[in-house]
Amino acid sequence: MTRHDARKLSKERRFGRVVLCAVALAWLSLIVIVPLAAVLGEAFQDGAGAWWRAITDSEALVALRLSLKVAVLTVPLNTVFGIAAAWLIARFRFPGRSLLMTLLDLPLSVSPVVSGLVFVLLFGAHGWFGPWLADRDIQVIFALPGIVLATTFITLPMVAREILPLLEAQGDEQELAALTLGASPWQMFWRVSLPGMRWAVLYGVILTTARALGEFGAVSVVSGHIRGETTTLPLHVEILHGEFHFQAAFAVASILTLVGVFTLVARRILQARIDAAE
Amino acid sequence: MMSIEIRNVTKRFGAFTALDNVSLDVPTGQLVALLGPSGSGKTTLLRAIAGLDPPDQGEIRDHGADVTRLGTRDRNVGFVFQHFALFPHLSVFENIAFALRVRKRPAAEVHERVRELVALIQLEGLEHRRPAELSGGQRQRVALARALAAKPRVLLLDEPFSALDARVRHGLRRWLRKLHDELGTTCVFVTHDQEEAFELADSVVIFHAGRVAQLGSPAEVFQVPQSAFVADFLGGTNKLAGQVTQGQFHVAGQTWPQRLPNGPATAFLRHGDVELAAEPPLHRPSLAVRVTRVRSNGPRTQAELRTLQENLLLVAELSPDRSLAVGSELWAVPRKLHVFADAPGELRHGDTQEPVTWGEFI
Repeated sequence: MTRHDARKLSKERRFGRVVLCAVALAWLSLIVIVPLAAVLGEAFQDGAGAWWRAITDSEALVALRLSLKVAVLTVPLNTVFGIAAAWLIARFRFPGRSLLMTLLDLPLSVSPVVSGLVFVLLFGAHGWFGPWLADRDIQVIFALPGIVLATTFITLPMVAREILPLLEAQGDEQELAALTLGASPWQMFWRVSLPGMRWAVLYGVILTTARALGEFGAVSVVSGHIRGETTTLPLHVEILHGEFHFQAAFAVASILTLVGVFTLVARRILQARIDAAE
Repeated sequence: MMSIEIRNVTKRFGAFTALDNVSLDVPTGQLVALLGPSGSGKTTLLRAIAGLDPPDQGEIRDHGADVTRLGTRDRNVGFVFQHFALFPHLSVFENIAFALRVRKRPAAEVHERVRELVALIQLEGLEHRRPAELSGGQRQRVALARALAAKPRVLLLDEPFSALDARVRHGLRRWLRKLHDELGTTCVFVTHDQEEAFELADSVVIFHAGRVAQLGSPAEVFQVPQSAFVADFLGGTNKLAGQVTQGQFHVAGQTWPQRLPNGPATAFLRHGDVELAAEPPLHRPSLAVRVTRVRSNGPRTQAELRTLQENLLLVAELSPDRSLAVGSELWAVPRKLHVFADAPGELRHGDTQEPVTWGEFI
């Protein structure tokens, strides 16, 4: 190859790089940045005072409280489950292991609407356990338990999916070392296994929280949209939007947007620590 | 007094037999090397002694007590892993203290013992560092101190120096030998490096295809290999394929008396056991050779020779001051020749060189 050819090629490569960058940036702007800016722009279009009034409106506060309640109930359940499932899959070979791995991914691949309907089918008034629950005056669908169940289902794999690759990369030598040093399995777990995966667990918890606060589809099916009772933040946004309170809708939506941005920042910070633990 | 007694231990991973009816005694206070190529069973045996991979059949006794089915934590053995397996979130101090912390020993005792061990491994002043802030050699010493903290009766080391560079490795070897002589703890270590085994150990156990091929002092196994595998594995060997007929081994026009049955046989001749002479000696068999190449790798000089009859390759170790002209003809006089009949399957240690990952089988 002559020097001329080399220069020509490098020029072509540079041109290709510029074009690709431009396309990527334009697409990203159209799909992500412009909508994001639009949310914040709409939220603050009548000033910070209007924004504050919208998010401290009594119905908005009820929705916020309900969303937080759902997150507080869901996250610990899925954290414990996620750690147990990831550890089981990473450290043991047992019949049904690959089935467990497949089932773990199911909530990610099933449409959230279907996930919600499943619980209506099980616990609704005409569902399998509906009459039994009705006899005992236990309300699951159109109430907090239903919303928590649907959210737990949706966020089931998130903690496990973050821990599993880390556990597999780390291998079991540290855990075996703890056993040879006289640790009981519990001591091994609390003193070695859990500290080794702590950053991945934390990131899984943040992801689960963000999703628990933001889940719309499945929750929409089981909640019944009872205003001031079973409307979570995303449902509240929808109601406001449907009633043409655009500024208020975007103000509440801006909270959910901030949760998303926070999750991304957390990812940047935690990923380095997770990589270092491998 | 025997520290570890292994009786007829067999361990399989799927279709692969890692240990095939192995029996072995480790006397108290000895430093024993398990030596062999990858996949020969040495690490599996070490893990069986530690209780990490219990054997399928057979018995393991520790100071007379049957520990075959005992869990790892109840065995009181120290184990040093190949890649150290230090706890990255704990300081040097807490890593070493781990065995005492899980036994809920009083803080004063923990401090006293850790201080003692830190002095032993010469890392005073680094107690608060994390493992990531230490060099490879320092990490290995922390791993040793951690394994010694609960005063185990047996210390097991899995390829303890293989993850370190050559200079650090040599220093640590001498240090480990000194440490063993001071503490008197029974040590069993796994290695694939014969130089390491010979330099460190009181006795060497050579593994081949899941069995003990030979055991003895380093000098014994080196001087008197009992099988073609051992003669070949303890490297730097020329292999001369020949024939035994009527009590004579024939190769390249020369004969050596042998008590072997008639048939094909192979002679093993160490590079260092080849004397070179200008004239054939009167009372010893010698081979007429031509020098084809002389190469030097620093302290060692080796000559590549071809026998004039049969054109067999011979490598001879030369003293550094000796110069040889390529193309010159002279006589190679074997100082010592180990001849083994070519039993089928005997010379196949090359087949087991592929590393076997245990993880796939667990």
